Amino acid sequence: MKLIFRHLKRYSKWVALAILIKLFGTLVELALPYILEHIIDYVVPAGALLPVILWGGLMFVAAVLCRFINVKANELAVNNAHKISYNIRQELFAKTANLSGNQFDSFGLPSLISRMTSDSYNVQSAVQQLQTMCVRAPIMLIGGVTVSLFMDAHLALIMILMLPVLIAVVIAISAKGMPMFVKVQEKLDNIVRVMRENITGIRVVKALSKSDYETRRFAAANTDMTKQDIAAATMMAMPGPFMQMCLNTGLALVVIIGAGRVNNGLMKPGVILSFLTYFNMISMGVMGISRIFMSLSKANASANRIDAVIGTHTDQQILSEQEAATPSGEGFVRFEHVDFSYGGEAAPGDESGFAGHEREKALSDISFTIRKGESLGIIGPTGCGKTTIINLLMRFYDADAGGIFVDGRDVRSYDKDELRKKFGVVFQNDMIFQDTLRENIVFGRAVGEKEIRSAVEDSMAAPFVDGLENGLDYEAAIKGANLSGGQKQRILVARALAASPEILVLDDSSSALDYRTDAAMRKAISEHHSESTVIMIAQRISSVMNLTKILVLDNGKCIGYGTHEELMQSCESYRETYTAQMGAIE
Amino acid sequence: MPGRGDRGGEKRKPKDAKGTLIRIVKYLSEYVWVVVILVILSFLSNLGNLLGPRLAGKAIGATEAGAGHVDMSIVLHYAILMLVFYLGGSILNFLANIGMTRVGRKIARNMRRDVFAKLMKLPVGFFDRNQAGDIISRVSYDIDVVSMSLSMDVIQILTSVVTVVGSFLMMLIISPPLILCMIFTIPVSILFTRRMSRKTRPLYAKRSAAYGVMNGFAEEMFTGQKTILAYANEDTITERFSKINRNAAEAYRNADSLGMQMGPTVGMINNFGLAAIGVGGAILYMFRIIGLEQISSFVLYSRKFSGPINEISNIVNEIFSALAAAERVFQLLDEPEEVADLYGAVALENCRGQVEAKNVSFGYLPEKTILHDLNLEAKPGETVAIVGPTGAGKTTIINLLMRFYDVNDGQILVDGADVRRYTMQSLRRSFAMVLQDTWVFRGTIFDNIAYGKEGATMEEVVEAAKAARIHSYIMRLPQGYHTVISEDGGNISKGQKQLLTIARAMLYNTRMLILDEATSNVDTNTEQQVQKAIRSLMKGKTCFVIAHRLSTIQNADKILVVDHGDVVEQGNHETLMAERGFYYKLYASQFE
Repeated sequence: MKLIFRHLKRYSKWVALAILIKLFGTLVELALPYILEHIIDYVVPAGALLPVILWGGLMFVAAVLCRFINVKANELAVNNAHKISYNIRQELFAKTANLSGNQFDSFGLPSLISRMTSDSYNVQSAVQQLQTMCVRAPIMLIGGVTVSLFMDAHLALIMILMLPVLIAVVIAISAKGMPMFVKVQEKLDNIVRVMRENITGIRVVKALSKSDYETRRFAAANTDMTKQDIAAATMMAMPGPFMQMCLNTGLALVVIIGAGRVNNGLMKPGVILSFLTYFNMISMGVMGISRIFMSLSKANASANRIDAVIGTHTDQQILSEQEAATPSGEGFVRFEHVDFSYGGEAAPGDESGFAGHEREKALSDISFTIRKGESLGIIGPTGCGKTTIINLLMRFYDADAGGIFVDGRDVRSYDKDELRKKFGVVFQNDMIFQDTLRENIVFGRAVGEKEIRSAVEDSMAAPFVDGLENGLDYEAAIKGANLSGGQKQRILVARALAASPEILVLDDSSSALDYRTDAAMRKAISEHHSESTVIMIAQRISSVMNLTKILVLDNGKCIGYGTHEELMQSCESYRETYTAQMGAIE
Repeated sequence: MPGRGDRGGEKRKPKDAKGTLIRIVKYLSEYVWVVVILVILSFLSNLGNLLGPRLAGKAIGATEAGAGHVDMSIVLHYAILMLVFYLGGSILNFLANIGMTRVGRKIARNMRRDVFAKLMKLPVGFFDRNQAGDIISRVSYDIDVVSMSLSMDVIQILTSVVTVVGSFLMMLIISPPLILCMIFTIPVSILFTRRMSRKTRPLYAKRSAAYGVMNGFAEEMFTGQKTILAYANEDTITERFSKINRNAAEAYRNADSLGMQMGPTVGMINNFGLAAIGVGGAILYMFRIIGLEQISSFVLYSRKFSGPINEISNIVNEIFSALAAAERVFQLLDEPEEVADLYGAVALENCRGQVEAKNVSFGYLPEKTILHDLNLEAKPGETVAIVGPTGAGKTTIINLLMRFYDVNDGQILVDGADVRRYTMQSLRRSFAMVLQDTWVFRGTIFDNIAYGKEGATMEEVVEAAKAARIHSYIMRLPQGYHTVISEDGGNISKGQKQLLTIARAMLYNTRMLILDEATSNVDTNTEQQVQKAIRSLMKGKTCFVIAHRLSTIQNADKILVVDHGDVVEQGNHETLMAERGFYYKLYASQFE
């Protein structure tokens, strides 16, 4: 709820205006039937035509006025809601785009998606309803109570005594309902997750004819959510009838006690009668309020989920010069005794398991140094921590111990973008976005046509790009589905090269390329990007053997570091791999 | 970014409100008796609420006697009776509400179920054209809107109809001339609502579509978040989201500010009716056509008549947005499905693994042929390797074998019969495959490996894992085979994922096997071990291998060299090397 109010505040004037106008409109609306009653009770019996027409005209005018006011109020309310929901979504998106690796993992992608798609919508509806629906009901409630209070304080007391009980119950129920709606949204996360898994893995699902199995899996998630949703909605359907019951009991008491008072000559029977009318009004107000409660507690649950994302504090502080560590030697990229394990500070609700639970060290005591323009190869078996080095170097995660330095400065002392702008990188599971090839390469940076061209040539993408009808304006399908694996990798490398980065990181980025293309690409990079410091993760020694230094990893530990020749001497595992790979080619 | 905003909005069919409504009613009809009972319940509850005041009136009537003469027993009698009716009314009302809530949620569940079942039937190409986020948006947003509207509005409308018709009849009985004064409100309201709906419904459709686009964009960008951060591109992306977000926000504003004019306007028309009754009543009274009493009760009923109409017109916008949302759901349900099995298609049983392609030509787009005239033959147990430069059409061949797509011309035969003569399921079940894009899902490692074989035992899974050389890695994990992998296998490397999918294929015992660059992400040590495992797996199976590492396919019985969609060379390693052609060049390039 804090989230909603924080954003309402910005437009508080406009929201207040909308509510005020709505208030006015509602009053006119409520007044209309009384004008009619007045006509029937007093004007008609008089039998004069002119007053009747005048009063009728007044009603006509009031009706037009009422419409005009209410339309304006609704417009204003919708307008406010549209601005506020825009802001909330914008804030949510920007925050999500900036979450650190740990934070992103702990929310989980499906949940972040459903916060964006479903929760933000729930909040938007509530903001609109707060301004339109929340006026009429309270007016009826408060108006009814006030008028009846003036009519006979004793009788009104019965209701007033009842109010605290009602309020307590409503608060208690909505306090119970809110967490239930949170659960509903969490179940929705599951639905989103199963759907995403099936959309991304549709070929496997079809290939293995697992449609029935997947349908069952989805049905489980679906039923689960439906049950939770029904439970939550049932809970929230209770306050309305309950309040009505209380009020009706009160009404019965009013009649009985009122009759007693009439009997004692303390009041007239007519008062009880008009009490009934106002009771009706109060009860309508109560019903309205319970409806509002239902949608508010749902919105509240969603608002809290959004706030959980927006409210995450940046877990990676930018250190000042005094706080930052200083390197104990020179070198452009430098690791000093780095330790790291994933899931450092698992946020509540994290159930991603895996690395999170075990806290097995992903890296321990890793050190290396590369000078400007030099290159480093990282090699080692699957899952040994090669990619983790990149994650730390680019500060997606912070190291548990040790120091990481780029250009003589602690990576933690860089402004985030300042650090990452030095890089051009291709990740292992990198993304082609649904956009033109050109936009995929430029990727929001100020890159000129000339740079694009040379990047496309160096990445060996030129032959196939030129073969396309629209060349670089070719529209890549979702996740690059209309490109082959090798084509995707070449476009990704072109993206990395386009801005002539100070540090070029290629994480297994040529696995789908044939040897010739791979070799030609590496040659072009070393010739045309000699200024760049290169870090290359690879499976084949032939890809890294010509680099300045090679780091051999096994299970998060460094088991060899040096040039190809040195490693052939000193590192048994490296030598074995080399012989094996060369043997495989022969 | 031009063009970006309107993806997802492509090829919208003309709106058909009636059709959409009928389909919603079809979903409702499954619960028709429940709905009927609920309507009766809520009607009874209204009755209770109507009788309450009458009884109260009687109780109060007993007080007319004045001070000292009130018969408290009568008062008590009626007061208690009144309480009973009121309480009964509230309880029935509560039951009707939760009942309809249940029905609404269940219909939402059924819609989600149908959407998912539909997704399972769509051709793979559909998922290359539609953003995952847009599809998800239909399930998380659109269906929710429909369900909310069903829960809240249906009962209200149905019970209102009773009240409206009832009070109209009462008015007619009381004074037919007076009813003439206000009868104009009915056609005017109807005409107005129809005219407005013609204007607002396209706006609501736009609103739903705009949310779909926005959600599609958000999903794509969240999926690529790491890349965006790596290129310090988050501000540009946020800027771009801002445009899409603004579009969505404006679509919402446009639809709702117009939609929310409807309530007050219909209210105004009703109020005109009231004014007309006042004036008309006065005139009739003056001409002594009706008495004051009649006017009073007429007015009472006219308020009962217009009340629900006002209420409904206030929720008309909800109904319209629900219709638009439902339309997007139905639009997805109407997407053309994967070709159905031919009439008389038979299950492929006891497959021998004889595969043949005859003069096959194919293109994903009709005007762009990728495979021109493909011929190949694989005898049972043979290994056919498909090599060629990137983008030559290798993966396309696999797509055709698995019938992810059907050939444009020519035919593919398995065991001597056209693949289209087999049921899709049985055909696909005859292949095991390890694809370029590895895929794991959130579940235990055991589940992920056992995925292809229902009811697999732990022993079988362990054996498969051992064969794929991932067993020791799994055992190092604290929960071993019961370790849960997160969605997309976020925390495990691509190589490990590949090993898992290999283990999965190992377990899935078939006569035919497809390996698509299966080992490209595994380090060479592992690759060699995996190769050994795969070789034993391949024994006795017809295998199609796509690999760029020529070393891995030297032992193939047959090598197909594909370039630009044509088979340019065919033979085994020795003969092809001897030919000194394209294959020779490809092979030699490894050593450059």
